[in-house]
Amino acid sequence: MGLFDRHAGLLEAYRDVRTTGYDPFQIRMERVLSPTEAIINGRKMLLVGTNNYFGLTFDPSCMEAAIEAIRAEGTGTTGSRIANGSYSEHVALEREIAEFYGKKHCMVFTTGYQANLGLISTLAGEGDQLLIDADSHASIYDACKMTQAEVVRFKHNDPSSLEARLRRLGDRPGNRVVVLEGIYSMLGDSAPLREFIDVCKKYGAYVIVDEAHSLGALGDNGRGLCESAGVLDDCHFIVGTFSKTLGAIGGYCVSDDPDFDILRVTVRSYMFTASLPPSIVASVRQALKVVKARPELRTQLWANVATLYEGLAAKGFKLGPEHGPVVGVHLPDRMTAIGFWRAMLDAGIYVNVAVPPATPNGVSLLRCSVCAVHTREQLEHMIEVMTGIGRQLGVLDDRTLRVVGGAR
Amino acid sequence: MIVETDGMTDTLERARVSGQSRGEVIREICRHLAPFQTGERPITGDTVIAKDLTIDSLAIMDMVMELEDHFDISIPMNVVAEIHTVDQLADTIQKLCARR
Repeated sequence: MGLFDRHAGLLEAYRDVRTTGYDPFQIRMERVLSPTEAIINGRKMLLVGTNNYFGLTFDPSCMEAAIEAIRAEGTGTTGSRIANGSYSEHVALEREIAEFYGKKHCMVFTTGYQANLGLISTLAGEGDQLLIDADSHASIYDACKMTQAEVVRFKHNDPSSLEARLRRLGDRPGNRVVVLEGIYSMLGDSAPLREFIDVCKKYGAYVIVDEAHSLGALGDNGRGLCESAGVLDDCHFIVGTFSKTLGAIGGYCVSDDPDFDILRVTVRSYMFTASLPPSIVASVRQALKVVKARPELRTQLWANVATLYEGLAAKGFKLGPEHGPVVGVHLPDRMTAIGFWRAMLDAGIYVNVAVPPATPNGVSLLRCSVCAVHTREQLEHMIEVMTGIGRQLGVLDDRTLRVVGGAR
Repeated sequence: MIVETDGMTDTLERARVSGQSRGEVIREICRHLAPFQTGERPITGDTVIAKDLTIDSLAIMDMVMELEDHFDISIPMNVVAEIHTVDQLADTIQKLCARR
């Protein structure tokens, strides 16, 4: 068997994806103009698929902070956190994130992927049981490949499915570690966190919640689903990323566990990679200040989510189950999804396309992510364009439109 | 590790006692695999799940979750990774049922 033979199935899927002439995995942002616009294929595009929920990538105060940090401390740390890569600013950022959550400890990682990979695989060790949601992010699945713990999946967002699996463990020794996400990245749905926490408490399980897509978006202070569900104190570990709402890159974990700091010399993805460059640390610290100082960005984000979600729903599109900063549009199959995606690009709108095997239950999706700084006009234009394409491709039939039109 | 290779005969005996005959287990597995059957070839104990059927790794894990709930057992992911044939899956289910 040749080196690449095992990827034959994937190669076939990839060929399908490229039949439209554009390769969604090799789109080039020729020039990014703002959080909502970029030049792609030589023309200006509306961006509705960038996870840039507050639009902070171009926030002048964050940009200035990064520039100043480069002038003061150079372009990179050239070392890991356990060697020469811990600057006062890394420690200050950790303190500020811990304070933001009201937790005692925080560790900052170079990416969100590394935070999940290292933490989950280290926290659950030999003899322990790791229980993960079926729709977990790749970083969580990859942690499962690295851990010595036994791994069991439970049905997506189904506390009774988790409970059955905890119950079956009976009185077997080992720590139970449950991994959940605040908002799931494909369909934008939130975990029923309170119910999950009740189950975890009943069985004495530790809880890790990944707030990658919910930081800033959920909770009165933007701390995520743990805050909006009122269970901050019941979540043993909260993980998140700087690469979405905070507009940069990096990951973090906060906790009240008194022994938390031992992770600094046990989590390999923390120990054996270079730390974040000073510019990133500076822009993230500033972005966190912006999140605290400007709650109106959260209000605006949800207003935009409502515009897009309700607008598309009214036209008859099948969407993810609830409003969320990610709006997943269901399409009947892979080729329709790719054709739709390509047609949108031709019409000047960039979204993400997600097809099996990267999606739960084999669904094909257009994955739109909403930004607080999208204008109402931009989103209404998008709904109009998508409706046109949907009718052309037979995804929306005229009957749907009439029924919806008559009913409202 | 949940799955050990101790006393297979004994385990199967206990499985029968707890009411999961080999036939029932195989029937239930086949019911879940039927949608992924290719052509006329029947699904048997020798069927290599990931190779002989049109099922991807995610769908295999989802099918395992259904079987887990049907038999009220949990099959850890690392154990699933070692299972290739329908017979091997049935063996695992019977063993786990026996120690339930």
